[in-house]
Amino acid sequence: MRRVVVTGIGATTPLGGTAGESWNALLAGESGISSLEHEWVQKYELPVTFAGSAKTPASEILTPQEAKRLDPSSQFALISAREAFADAGEPEFDPIRMSVDFATGIGGVWTLLDAFETLKERGPRRVMPMTVPMLMPNGPAAAVGMHFGAKAGVHTAVSACASGNESIANAFHRVKSGAVDIAIAGGAEAAIHPLPIASFAAMQALSKRNDDPSRASRPYDTDRDGFVMGEGAAALVLEDFDSAVARGARIYGEIVGASVTSDAYHITAPDPDGEGASRAMLSALAEAEASPSDVQHVNAHATSTPVGDIAEYTALKKVFGKHTDELIVSATKASTGHLLGGAGAIEAVFTLMALHTSTAPGTINLDNQDAKIPLNVPKSSAALDKGKIAISNSFGFGGHNAVLAFR
Amino acid sequence: MAHSEAEVLAGLAELVNEETGIASDLVQPEKSFTDDLDIDSISMMTIVVNAEDKFDVKIPDEEVTNLVTVKDAVDFIVGAQG
Repeated sequence: MRRVVVTGIGATTPLGGTAGESWNALLAGESGISSLEHEWVQKYELPVTFAGSAKTPASEILTPQEAKRLDPSSQFALISAREAFADAGEPEFDPIRMSVDFATGIGGVWTLLDAFETLKERGPRRVMPMTVPMLMPNGPAAAVGMHFGAKAGVHTAVSACASGNESIANAFHRVKSGAVDIAIAGGAEAAIHPLPIASFAAMQALSKRNDDPSRASRPYDTDRDGFVMGEGAAALVLEDFDSAVARGARIYGEIVGASVTSDAYHITAPDPDGEGASRAMLSALAEAEASPSDVQHVNAHATSTPVGDIAEYTALKKVFGKHTDELIVSATKASTGHLLGGAGAIEAVFTLMALHTSTAPGTINLDNQDAKIPLNVPKSSAALDKGKIAISNSFGFGGHNAVLAFR
Repeated sequence: MAHSEAEVLAGLAELVNEETGIASDLVQPEKSFTDDLDIDSISMMTIVVNAEDKFDVKIPDEEVTNLVTVKDAVDFIVGAQG
């Protein structure tokens, strides 16, 4: 089996238009969350009036013709993948040895619902012929695959908020097994639309802190009241270690293990015992041939929901036991909001940057840490030791658990 | 009000440019939509629907395959005007 390294990263997020801008804003303790100015917020009297919009609109990067045929989720995917590939030094590759795994949790919701408005108001003749390829959940992966000419398969894991991590896990295993030589992996979401907002709010999943948006996403804080929607994408370039070294590529880190499990417990609620989540962490570490005590940093799923944050703590405790106290935990959704299908991807970028720079990012908005979650969550950047393992967790509606282990 | 041939050509060139980014002055009567302008069937349908709006005409789906060159489209639209 090969060793798999990450040689390129890209991102467009509520914190910045690139991976570097997003990372720097994260370290500076910024929030990407703000009030939404769209007319539809008032029109539909939405109970939640804020979110984490992409800092750099896709229209500033793509040509009008590129944008016209891509749902916003695919636009973000393409922007982040181009950055990652350029960052990797535009490696030469055989197209039939390159694959893409690019996730989305929800798919082309803007395209779907705009087209339905057109159908209702103007009839079927006015529904644009690109509607279906733009709304399909594999749209982002297909757009990225077409752009780079990847011919070894283009894949989309759809597992709600675990989608990004599941896609990276799948890409990792493709490169590791030798099925492909190079893979672009990531996740994208563009669901800041009145329907998902109304729906997530109806299930009481979203924070309603409308009067103080930048302080609304507050994982582990006693006053947390739900997650905050974010949008954007992030991408990684995965390569075989030996060929990356041979071409002199910069290596951000190695993916040493990845695991996907399912709870079979409840469609939205996490298993309070954390069985599936802990099993995912343990098997990612087993694949890495590492023990829990080798882990120093955790980029937690930590969405800022009252129940979810505790369930993840329970799972961490199950895996790490006494060593839990030694973990340096970052809850970066405090700054970015929750990118749903893009969350695992941006958090993989942050975890890799944490290892690459030996710096765990601080977590903002943690004013009064919940006594039931006694994790070590630094409020500002903390130093990491070289050579230790970091894990990044993602969990999704449907009982999906996906964990990545990096070194 | 009916549009002249020159107006239809100019308007069509504008629609082609909006959809594909092809410069309007390349949209000349003798050019083939597929062979010369590299316009695929999906873009072609979008251009047709937008042309219906712009020139207030109906272009039946079965007619679209007959619109090989820009001149074919201009002639059809000019003839279809009321």
